[in-house]
Formats: sequence, structure tokens, C-alpha cells
Amino acid sequence: MSVATLAVLTQTGWRRWSTYRSAALAGAVTNTVFGLIKAAITMGAVGAAGGQLAGYGPIEGATYAWLAQALIGPVNVFWSNDLVERIRTGDIAVDLSRPVDPQLAYLSADLGRAAFTFLPRGAPPLLVGALVTGLALPANLLPYLLGIVSIVLAVIISFACRWLVSLAAFWIIEMRGASTLYLMASNILCGLIVPVHWFPDWMATLAAATPFPSMLQTPIDVIMGRDTGLAALWLIGVQVAWALGVLLAGQLLWRLGTRKLVVQGG
Amino acid sequence: MAELTTHTERPTATGWASPYVALVSSRLRSQFAYRRSFALDLLGSFGVGVIEFAEIYVIFSSISVLGGLDFAGLALLFALSNISFSLADLLVGHLDRIPTYLRAGTLDAFLLRPLPVLAQLVTSDIQLRRFGRTALSIAVLVVALVVNPITFTPATIALLVITPIAGTAIFCALFVAAAGVQFWLIEGSELANSFTYGSSYASSFPTAIFTLPMRVLFTFVVPAAFTAYLPTLLILDLPGPAWTPAWLGWFSPVAAIVSWVAGMLIWRAGLRHYTGAGS
Amino acid sequence: MTEQIVHARGLTRDFVVRSGGWRRTKRVVHAVVDLDLDIAAGEAVGYIGANGAGKSTTIKMLTGILSPSAGTVATCGLHPQKSRRELAREIGVVFGQRSQLWWDLPLQESYRVLASIHRLGSSHRERLDELVDALDLAEFLDTPVRQLSLGQRIRGEIAAALLHSPRLLILDEPTIGLDVLSKERLRAFLVAERAAHGTTLLLTTHDMDDVQRLTERIVVVDHGRVAYTGDLPGLVRRVGADRVIVLDLEEPTPSLSDVAGTRLIGTEPDGLRQRLALLPGASAAAVLAEVAGRAPLRDLTIEEPDVEDVVRRLYATQQAAH
Repeated sequence: MSVATLAVLTQTGWRRWSTYRSAALAGAVTNTVFGLIKAAITMGAVGAAGGQLAGYGPIEGATYAWLAQALIGPVNVFWSNDLVERIRTGDIAVDLSRPVDPQLAYLSADLGRAAFTFLPRGAPPLLVGALVTGLALPANLLPYLLGIVSIVLAVIISFACRWLVSLAAFWIIEMRGASTLYLMASNILCGLIVPVHWFPDWMATLAAATPFPSMLQTPIDVIMGRDTGLAALWLIGVQVAWALGVLLAGQLLWRLGTRKLVVQGG
Repeated sequence: MAELTTHTERPTATGWASPYVALVSSRLRSQFAYRRSFALDLLGSFGVGVIEFAEIYVIFSSISVLGGLDFAGLALLFALSNISFSLADLLVGHLDRIPTYLRAGTLDAFLLRPLPVLAQLVTSDIQLRRFGRTALSIAVLVVALVVNPITFTPATIALLVITPIAGTAIFCALFVAAAGVQFWLIEGSELANSFTYGSSYASSFPTAIFTLPMRVLFTFVVPAAFTAYLPTLLILDLPGPAWTPAWLGWFSPVAAIVSWVAGMLIWRAGLRHYTGAGS
Repeated sequence: MTEQIVHARGLTRDFVVRSGGWRRTKRVVHAVVDLDLDIAAGEAVGYIGANGAGKSTTIKMLTGILSPSAGTVATCGLHPQKSRRELAREIGVVFGQRSQLWWDLPLQESYRVLASIHRLGSSHRERLDELVDALDLAEFLDTPVRQLSLGQRIRGEIAAALLHSPRLLILDEPTIGLDVLSKERLRAFLVAERAAHGTTLLLTTHDMDDVQRLTERIVVVDHGRVAYTGDLPGLVRRVGADRVIVLDLEEPTPSLSDVAGTRLIGTEPDGLRQRLALLPGASAAAVLAEVAGRAPLRDLTIEEPDVEDVVRRLYATQQAAH
């Protein structure tokens, strides 16, 4: 498969999502409303800890909340049933017959979706955040450049994880249990509700053993300049490792699943 | 489908409520028809409650007081807020699907039946599976009542009875108001959710952590603070922050009534807009 | 004079259509314009027009779903919107494309709930048995609605609309998508139902056979205005749409261009198949007798003008008149 094919698929994903303009508006409002509440909570928590909590001052706490709200659209930490439905209905056979690798094709489409949701869903919460609480962001360019790389990797990891879990539909008929479990684990451990740095030790250890912090906590840390230089590169390296690892696992599981489909006729 | 054997020989009641009883019971039967699936949904709803509570647990792993409440106090607040919201979500949460009902023509079918449209909508899709989150909240409430230093007087017991009822009524009214607005907004589902779920989220934290404008917003414009925070202050015998003193907690039934009046006005305006009778 | 079931005067409905992105443009669409409509009790009226001519909008105004921009309407003597719930007991409506049944409930259960909604008490058992029998519903009464075929579902919908014995039955495209046999059974049922109960019928359809079998009078709308009201032969006469006799002959025959009461509209090169339009007032039997005298017949069919065609011709004459 050529890079050009993937580029076309990415564009199609972008176009498909850009038609939902009013949906994007609704998403921006939602993310902003929750940002207001979350920023108040993180600032309140930092204040209660005496003005400093695991390296977060009040403004840093608020910035964390606003960035998290800005990124949940593109990173898509929520569950989507598309692939599960395709496997269940047997539409997946269509994907098998196409001359592109299904995982990379779906990934391209997801990158297109993320690229579109980034501005309309991400900018309003940041803008409101800058006005209401102020944002603690670095003054030099480097963290933002690294941040973009980190966000792209986060989108890829989020996609790869959802792809991997969705493939369970080849073997399990009722997927709601699996998706709920995944949603719980990822929402808590990615740092969406509270920064991972605030976790009690046992949860921090658990989170570090999963790809979830790489989906949200890592890009936020990189953008905010909490980790710079080699430390930031190390975080990105961890992201690359998770991205490759989970994508590879998805490839293997896909082969097993489609073999079962071919052998048993679904 | 063995559970779905029909009951046509049962005598039909003639009270005013009988159509609603028939509607709700037919819905419940169809939800129970697939037990395994229902159980999984129940578990999923319980899981959502767990995620919500995990937030409070994690925050209190590094601090001891938030907005004047300790972990035990916040657990009580969380429980009261979530019991009310999850019950409202169970009863009328499906109202956020108005755009879907409009597209499918369901609303036109409702307009062709001799019952109020809102009553038909409410009874048409009650989601018992959302009780999972209520169950978790009730468990948290029981623990919170034990670990908090509460003196059980007739007043506290009255508050513990009134608060979930008034809170559920307030959240139901918010759902109705959000549903009314969706007659104007085609992509209104997510906006409506940001209003209802946002209010619920705000109500499970002490209003004291908000800036004054937000505190006023979530107390007097959207009465989220009345569903749990103000009654919690009364139960724990704590003073409230500026502008929202604890004694306001006794007024949650009033807040519920006002919310319902406003909610119904918005709903009626929305329905009139849909039927073309309005502006 | 019998009672009026529908009485509409100057009924008008405008819609404001917004289009475009950030800079929105408004456009007013006149869906129904100054419509007068009277339907007497027991009458059967076909309401005909192209898609978008204003049929559904009219039905929505008659039933209280939509309020008119101007004009007045009384249905069963009631103001449709002010007395919406009272009116709901008097009318039954079936939208062919949309369901009023509960998709995940067995048909039987839907009827139980509907009977309760209409507060029919236990008396509905008899009526339901009658409908189940006449519409042949017995074999799938316990099947969830979503598993029914289209034909089964439409029959189920019609029984649902008739359960509370309404005085006015409104059917919006009831036969669309049905096969020939299902259509025929449905028509037979409706004829029998009206004969037994005197139910008034308002029917929109694209199917000429529906119009012929089920209605006594038709109203044609065009761009929201009434373009014709009267009976079907009158309309056919007015637009000059003729029935066509298609003749298949045993041997090549010269063009039959001079048969009395007909006009030749087509012949295949070898003259084996010829198409004659039957002029108004002419007898098909006389034509056949004359043709048979000239050439041996192998087969013949008579083509009725279809609604689309008649309506299109009517619209064209309207255009010319403007």
C-alpha cells in the first residue's frame, strides 16, 4: 500500500467529519462547560493542598483541565462501536476484500477525524480557559512542536487500543461488558479525570504499566513543558513503543480473527 | 422469547393511570426479555458510577479537604447528587433523543394519541438499566452515613428523605427543559447533554470551590446546588460559603417546583414550535 | 345532507427554509395555499399529487400535528389542535413509511397498550378479533413488530388505526412497496370495513388501482393548490389521458388507423403489435368486434393511465392556463 492511498483515506476521514459542523459546535460547548467545572475542581484541589500539588500550581492545574478537555475530541478516549458492528454484521468481509491493510486504512480515517476535531473542539475550551483562569503555557516553541508529535502519537495509541479491544468481537458476541471495562480503565488511567501525577502509588504503578497515560497525560505534560529536553523525548519514545506494540498486537489478532472468519464462515 | 407470553386476558384497569401503567409495563417487559444483555447494561451503568467516584477517591489521596468538605463529607455529597441524577436519568434520560424521535416520526405518532405528548415520551422508554449507577450511589450513601459524624435528628432524617425526591425532580426538570430546546436545535442532543450532565457533574462537588459567578449560576440559575450540596451542609451541620448559606438546603422542594414550572414552559414552547403554533 | 367530517377553508401553510452555512438565507416555501376541502361522513376521497405537492402537510393540519399559517379547519367537528386529544379518539391514521407500533413488542402487546391508551376497556376484544380475522393477523400476533414483513406490518398498522373504531381513517400511501397480492387483499379489506362500519376514508396514493377501487372522489393538489376535484373518469376526460388497447395480432397487419372510437398511437414495424387509444365514450367491446373482423387476434391488454401520468398532464394544462 502506498503513502498516497493512506493520504487519500485520511482526507476522506477529514471530509466525512467536517460535514458535522453543528455537531462540532455542540462538542465545543460541551468540552468548554466541563472544562469550567474541571478547572474549578483542579484549582480547588491545588488550593487545598497549600498552593502546590505534585508540581501543579493553581494555574497549572487549570491548564491541565483545559488541555484535557481540548484533547479528548481528537484523541477520542470514548468508545466507538463502528468496528464491532462491522464484525458482527459481517460487513467486515468487505474490508477483507480491499487491497489496503484494514488496520492502517482505519487508522488513516481516524487521523483525518482527529485532524478535523482538533480546531473546532479543541480551540474553544482553550480560549475560554485563557480568559477565565489563564493558561500556564511555555514561552518557547519547542514544547509545542514536540507536543504536536505527542498528540499524533496519542491519537494513534488511542486508535490502536480501541482496534485491539474491538477485535474481541470475533470471539465474543456480547461486547458491552468488554467495552465498559475498557472505558472505565482508560478514562481513569489516562488522566482524564485527575492528573496521573496525583494518583496514589498503587494506581500510578498500575497506570504506568498500561498505554493509557500515553493517550492524554503525556501530550499534556509535553505541551505544558512539565518535561523538557531528554525527559520529553523519553516520554515520546515511550509513546512510540506503545504505538508500535499495540498496533502490532492488533495486526496479529486481526490475522487470527479473520482466519477464524474464513475457516468457520463467520 | 418465553418471557414475552402475552397477557391479553388480564382485565384492563380503568383509572386515569392505566394507559401509563400499560406503557411502562410493556417497556419493562421488553427490557427484561434479554436478561443477559440487561444485566450487562446494569453493570455498565454501575461502572460509570465507579468512574465518577474514582475521581473523588484520587483527589482525596493527596488532599484532605476540598471546598470545606473532607472525604467522608464529599462521599455524602456524591451519593446524594448521584442518587438523584441517576434516578432522573432512569426516568427521563431518554428525552435527549428528541431529534431521533423527530426523524423517526415517533413524535407524530404521539400527537395522534389521546394522551399528553410529554407523558407518552416519558413512559415510552424508561431505562431500568441505569439503576446500576443508583445502586452504587446508595452503597456510597450507606457508608457515608456511617463514617460522617451525623447526629440523627428528625430534621436530618427529613432532609435525607426530601433531598433525593427534590433532587430527582430538579434533574428531571432539567432534562425536560433541555428536551424542549431540542425542538429548535437539530444537533441538540450533545448540547442538551452538556447542560444536564454538566449540572450533574457540578452538583457532585462543593459549590464553594467555584468562583462567585459560577456559584450563583449553579445555585440560582441552574439549581444544581439544591440537589445535594446545600442539604449536605445542613446534614453535616456546616455553614455555607458566601451567597449560598446552608439554610437554603431546606428550600430544595421550592427549587424543584420552580424548575418544573420553567421546564414545562420551555417544553411547551418547544412543542408549539414543532407543531407550528408558536412564533 | 350528512355531517361534515372534514371542513377546511382557505387552509394555508408556509415553511421558512434556512440554508447555507454561517451567512444563512431564508426562503419561504408555500406548502399548502388557500385549500378548501369538504369531506362528508361516509365518503371516500383520494388525495393525489406529486411528491412535495402538499399532501402530508395537509394531513398533518387535519390531524392536529401541524397548525395552519392561515385558514380554518374542523375535523369531526373539532379544532384539530385545541382538541387534539379528543380528536385522536375520532380518527385513525396510518403513515405507510412510519410506524406507530412498538418495534420490539409482539403485535398483540401493541394492541393491548393501544387499547389502554384509548381507554377501550375490555370491549376492544371483540373489535380486535374482528380485525385479526379480516386482516389475517392471527399467525403473527405473537411476533415482534421488527420481524414482520412490510405487508404484515402495514396490516398490523391498519388494525392499530382502526382498533378504537374511528369515524375517519386517514391512510398515507398505504400500499407503497407492497406486492400485487398484498395490495389486493388490503383493498378488499378496506372495502368491506367501510361497508360494515361506514368509516370515512381519506387516502393519499400513487397507485391508480387504489384510487379506482377505494375512492369515489379525488382531489388533486399541485404546489399546494387544489388543481382538480371530482371523480376519476372526469379527471381522465379533462386531461385527455386515454385507456390504451394493446393488440397482439396473429399475422402482419396494415396500420389500424381508422377504427371507430380510437386513435392509433403506435405500431411495431411488422404490424404484429398495435396500440390504440380508446377515445372518451367509446366502447371497448365495439372496438374489439371491429378489429376481430379485420385481423385474427392473438392477445390483448388494456392499459389504464397511471396516476403519475394523469397528474403530470393536469399540471401541464395548469401551467398552460397560467
